[in-house]
Amino acid sequence: MAEGDVGWWGLAASLVLIAITIGVSVWRNLDLERAVVIAVVRAGAQLLAVGYVLGLIIIPDEPEKNVEYAWAWLGFMVVFAAWTVSRRAPEVPGVFRLALQALVASTAVTVAVIFGLGIFPPETRTIIPIGGMMVGNAMSSTVVAGRRILAEFSEKRPDVEARLALGQSWRDASRPSLRSALRTGLTSQIETTKAVGLVFLPGAMTGLILAGVDPVAAVRVQAAIMFLILGAVAINVVVIGTGVTRRLFTDDHRLIRVARTAD
Amino acid sequence: MPLFSFDRVTVRFGDTLVLDAVTATISDGGSITCLLGPSGSGKSTMLRLCNRLEVPSAGCIRFRGADLAADDPLRLRRRVGMVFQRPTVFPGTVRDNLLVAQPDASGEHCESALARAHVDARFLDRDADALSGGEAQRVCLARTLITEPEVLLMDEPTSSLDPASTRNLESLGAELASGGMPIIWVTHDLAQADRIADERLVLTEGRVADEHETTHYFAGEDADHRHGEADRGGG
Repeated sequence: MAEGDVGWWGLAASLVLIAITIGVSVWRNLDLERAVVIAVVRAGAQLLAVGYVLGLIIIPDEPEKNVEYAWAWLGFMVVFAAWTVSRRAPEVPGVFRLALQALVASTAVTVAVIFGLGIFPPETRTIIPIGGMMVGNAMSSTVVAGRRILAEFSEKRPDVEARLALGQSWRDASRPSLRSALRTGLTSQIETTKAVGLVFLPGAMTGLILAGVDPVAAVRVQAAIMFLILGAVAINVVVIGTGVTRRLFTDDHRLIRVARTAD
Repeated sequence: MPLFSFDRVTVRFGDTLVLDAVTATISDGGSITCLLGPSGSGKSTMLRLCNRLEVPSAGCIRFRGADLAADDPLRLRRRVGMVFQRPTVFPGTVRDNLLVAQPDASGEHCESALARAHVDARFLDRDADALSGGEAQRVCLARTLITEPEVLLMDEPTSSLDPASTRNLESLGAELASGGMPIIWVTHDLAQADRIADERLVLTEGRVADEHETTHYFAGEDADHRHGEADRGGG
């Protein structure tokens, strides 16, 4: 066992922290014990299953073998992420299709940059984890951006309608609100990027250091991943923002609303 | 030829029937037509149909004889200007607001639009967010007038203004109407309608009120109004 490895005993010991979480829930009467247990069991089962499947695909001595499975895995992650977004933000019109478009766009561009420019070699051990990190971050940003766009157009409805009433097209009338929502969607990822290393050590770097890799080499990997995630989030936020905005307007330049009342 | 004619116009928002086969005409020429009715009667919706911020679920609306649905909505909205209930100024100066409506407007053109709305030219470089409610509403009116509309839609434009600003906007409306601009003015304030209306159209529960309902509405509103005055120690 390498120094950074966690054995079965170590994994079991980490459940002490879950016991503490449940204890806090009982102590403060939060009624979250069942939810905590379900989350832990589900996370454990999912990770173990993924780990075993990854073990079948990733063969350390033959990094280029099974690459087609890795790409298929990435494709599955993109579709599953879009489905997850549609469950988490059902109020966003056309959410599944838009999320899929956004995730495909951000994944395609970032994958092209990562592997096209030779930042990482296109191997099973890079495609799946790096793709997973990008898709995971892009998924969260899709939910936030989709909801933000809806909230923005709900709050700024008088402003948008005043612009439409002056004869502006939906594209012109929506521009200030869309810009504001896109800024909000991107700002949190920019803040995360700024805080990295000072406030927290991100997962990839932590994993590499725990596995005994030279910290400076780990930092290079992490920095590249952070920049890629920022790029993926930017593409994602713009695609989902623009797509949702378009769906909020009719072809004859009217702003739709979900719940309407007379007067 | 009427300014607007509504032929069995129905509007539904989901399961809610907002306008129920409304048939009505609104006169052209320099006049103010007040759309009256209780809250939820569909008067704002009827107004918004006139510049296609809403579209009917059924029926036909004509603007000076032409089917409204056949016109380009962006062109129509510049012909049929609208002032909303709450003054909504855009970020930036008063000049910036006017340039949103008319990007190629000269300084002189901006000053002329402000003058028509009784706003001093010195306001041009003021921050629009710092204006009072009455000033902001008049800037919104100027912003609409700079597009040279043929008709003006006013959706309860004084509901958030103090009495002095209300009277000011009413006299502005009368001035514009006497200059040949037809105005459709939504209000639930009968006293206001008495002051400004050349014609009245009363809506109730999404329909044009008949004679009996109109009489009942005016009698009820008048009683409410008198009651309110008595409560305030007036009347």
